Amino acid sequence: MKKEPGMSMIVKRITRITVSLIFLFGVYILLHGHLTPGGGFAGGVIIALSFIHIVLAFGREEAMKHLNEKLILFLEPVGGLLFLGIALLGLFGGFFFLNILPKGQPFRLLSAGIIPLCNIAIFLKVGAGLFTCFIALSLLRIDRSDKGDK
Amino acid sequence: MLELHVIAILMIIAAIVAVEIDGWLSTVVAVGAVGTGLTLAFLFLKAPDLAITQLVVEILSLIILTRATVGLDAPRIKLDSRRLSIGLGILFIPLFILFVKKMVADLPAVGSPIMKMGQYYIEHGLKHTGAANIVSAIILDYRGYDTLGEATVLLTSVVAVLIVVRQQGRKK
Repeated sequence: MKKEPGMSMIVKRITRITVSLIFLFGVYILLHGHLTPGGGFAGGVIIALSFIHIVLAFGREEAMKHLNEKLILFLEPVGGLLFLGIALLGLFGGFFFLNILPKGQPFRLLSAGIIPLCNIAIFLKVGAGLFTCFIALSLLRIDRSDKGDK
Repeated sequence: MLELHVIAILMIIAAIVAVEIDGWLSTVVAVGAVGTGLTLAFLFLKAPDLAITQLVVEILSLIILTRATVGLDAPRIKLDSRRLSIGLGILFIPLFILFVKKMVADLPAVGSPIMKMGQYYIEHGLKHTGAANIVSAIILDYRGYDTLGEATVLLTSVVAVLIVVRQQGRKK
């Protein structure tokens, strides 16, 4: 039988079902960060975990065909700069990190001024950063095994 | 607080197992048990934000550690002088317990009324920021500067990992 990359067929079938649910849960945790426990950091790690799930189940080469590595590397500093930009926006109102946007009605999804935007910036940073780390470290492992063969 | 004591004892046992057991994969599993115990402790202390973050970071680090240690046949460093480490342990553990006892005596009891600073945030947080989750309001509004520094730390660590891994790749 031909050896396929990644894990067995059972794992791949289950992965197809569960990945979207994990991704959706991460988006929920991220967007409701100012209303319920969670926020940008936890949401970013959960979304990064859903992509790591794909990489683990289907194998690195197969998964990276559909994911743009350059784009993920690009998103990480963009998240940091977005966060800094939101902080600098506060200077228009007087000081650094001032919450200048309208607060809105409490307990609504669109409320709390800059806090949801900060959550999204932190999500980009954490999610892209940790996923990049994982990809880089799995590459390192493959390199080491190559050296062992020589 | 019986649950917390049970969890703490289980975490200490798992930590000792992680040090003493043979095989890297078993060590990683025992470390995961310590992290899961910490998650449960956060839940019992009514800190769901921390519990969620601790759980997901624990899963991520377990995946990375498992991938790094599977098929790794590096020998573990064994201490040559067992007697020295036992002696140091006997010396330092009572000292540590003494200092922790002194420190804990000054802290307010678990669940007792909140301190002055926290009371201000709880009273005015919703009005100032409009965020229902007080933890988000503090880390992203009152203490946004800290979070910015934290984000910079993460950026630095990712850049460092990429630099190190890249040099390894180029030597080939």
